[in-house]
Amino acid sequence: MTVLDHRPTAPVPPWLPDATGPRTDPAPLLPDDAPYRVLGTPKLAEHDPELLRELYHRLVVGRRYNQQATTLTKQGRLAVYPSSTGQEACEVAAATVLREEDWLFPSYRDTLAVVGRGVDPLAALTLLRGNAHTGYDPVATRTAPLCTPLATQAPHAVGLAHAARLRGDRVVALAMLGDGGTSEGDFHEALNFAAVLNAPVVFLVQNNGYAISVPLTKQSAAPTLAHKAVGYGMPGRLVDGNDAVAVHQVLAEAVERARTGGGPTLVEALTYRLEAHTNADDATRYRVSEEVEAWREHDPVSLLERHLRAAGLLDDAAVARAAEDAEALAATMRAEFHAEPELDALSLFQHVYAEPTPQLREQAEQLAAELAAEAGA
Amino acid sequence: MAQALNAALRDEMRADPTVHLLGEDVGTLGGVFRITDGLAAEFGADRCLDTPLAEAGILGTAVGMAMYGLRPVVEMQFDAFAYPAMEQLVSHVAKMRNRTAGKLALPITVRIPYGGGIGGVEHHSDSSEAYYASTPGLHVVTPATVADAYGLLRASIASDDPVIFLEPKRLYWSKAELDTTAATEPIGRAVLRRAGRSAVLITYGPSLPVCLEAAEAAKAEGWDLAVLDLRSLVPFDDATVAEVVRSVGRAVVVHESTGFGGVGAEIAARVTERCFHHLAAPVLRVTGFDIPYPPPMLEHHHLPGVDRILDAVAKLQWED
Repeated sequence: MTVLDHRPTAPVPPWLPDATGPRTDPAPLLPDDAPYRVLGTPKLAEHDPELLRELYHRLVVGRRYNQQATTLTKQGRLAVYPSSTGQEACEVAAATVLREEDWLFPSYRDTLAVVGRGVDPLAALTLLRGNAHTGYDPVATRTAPLCTPLATQAPHAVGLAHAARLRGDRVVALAMLGDGGTSEGDFHEALNFAAVLNAPVVFLVQNNGYAISVPLTKQSAAPTLAHKAVGYGMPGRLVDGNDAVAVHQVLAEAVERARTGGGPTLVEALTYRLEAHTNADDATRYRVSEEVEAWREHDPVSLLERHLRAAGLLDDAAVARAAEDAEALAATMRAEFHAEPELDALSLFQHVYAEPTPQLREQAEQLAAELAAEAGA
Repeated sequence: MAQALNAALRDEMRADPTVHLLGEDVGTLGGVFRITDGLAAEFGADRCLDTPLAEAGILGTAVGMAMYGLRPVVEMQFDAFAYPAMEQLVSHVAKMRNRTAGKLALPITVRIPYGGGIGGVEHHSDSSEAYYASTPGLHVVTPATVADAYGLLRASIASDDPVIFLEPKRLYWSKAELDTTAATEPIGRAVLRRAGRSAVLITYGPSLPVCLEAAEAAKAEGWDLAVLDLRSLVPFDDATVAEVVRSVGRAVVVHESTGFGGVGAEIAARVTERCFHHLAAPVLRVTGFDIPYPPPMLEHHHLPGVDRILDAVAKLQWED
């Protein structure tokens, strides 16, 4: 006889949850089997044409931004750039579903979402240029710093959303993660806290297939990443991450649900990173070109253009306008980043504490003396 | 001391509605050491929040709350239970002001009961101050008296920077009259608890009473020992420490955490750099052994006691 053969003969203790207990019914929390799509379906007609054109415009400009930033790494003007080429639909949608008072918690790959919040496109690259950690004011823009450690920004989103609700503000926090980030402890703790606190948070997982080189099959054994939501008591939604309209709609519904007190949602967007993890990575070592080419056929930019043109919602003029704006931005990026930045070495000591410690004052004096000696020499 | 900490939390929460407590068991139970006793009843479950049991989640949530203008006070229940939150602490709490060029400060106080001597089983007696003290961006303070427990905790919560507030748990039951109207000391000042001319014992937190006892016992040897209580490890009060060491010429650093790479090594180095020509003997350290914290029936061998301190003092080569 094993432990498993043992069956309790006594009545089930009252603390054991049963079908009539207070726990959430998992059925409505489960994601659909297939990712939600709008493009190529009659549902496209239900969407505001102005919004659709806006999404297209942002996709085109975002794609050009990715290309120019990657070029700047090759010219040594950016230390690194984790490109979101192929994932622009997620980036654009994350920014366009939020109101000004909402907060975005991006990961290091989410520069485009940060720009979408209204952050100056050049300032959004400060971290990756290497002259400061964050180039924008996170409070004024309600956009947290690009987060390099994986998933650690997710509990911040929960805490901020919780605090906003305590203060009576209808503010939603959107945390952006990658598929690799869903393996981190902070991801799980954030989901659990969010559900328990009923915090107005949306978690967007951009599942681009690889955590640097490790494919999703080695990352998670769950049917989908969206399924992970169910165990915490929140709905999981699966969406085609290259269908900008679908991502926008699913995120907008999740944000609305959070804003009206419905609690958190986990959204998994199925997408693909067309470039390497960063310019420092060689993606040919771990994936075959057939796979990449297949995803290029499902490119978010051309996908949206094709469907909008077919529906008569996009004309040559709008396409040309987007291309012009994209080129103008790229030119601005080139001009700015080909100039040498002005750096202040003594700023190293300025923002460690509100007031420098006696130890930091001494070290600042030391560096100042070194700089003076250099200048004199 | 436990009541002084409780009073400090209560008074800060009354004075400032943005002060919120969160942690495991801090609500209904009032904390396993009862430091938050009665606070949920007075301020409600939202301001004294029982959280899921996950330290990274607790501290990460506090980061977001601070980003939205609240002043969170986090309880980590026991020293070794704080380690899962280390990434949040090191990568975010300590660095947020710096990462954002001063745009985003995190006025978070992390209360961590620390140290041994209460017969706790494994993972309940660590002294982790060196980890925190070597992380730029954090203040690290530890009271040794009832008055400092109250005053330093209020100062920590009022600070616009994150503060690691280490509570010496074996002093929780120490007793003294508390004057809550006394002016709050700013963080960063050491205080001379006992004047003396032979040598100075430099210490903090749970080792202060041991050092005072050793100083009393040293009188039988004809030694007049000063005892200096650091109170704050970061910022470090170089000025006061150097002044006292220069006036007596001999120093022993005493703490119960492991010695290798510990706070005592830092203090000995700083004292040597600043006071070399005033020293009649090398700066010595009396610390716990470089071992994982021992099981309770053996911990008295590990913790620096009066005899070990006096043995060190005896090595200071008395020639004058």
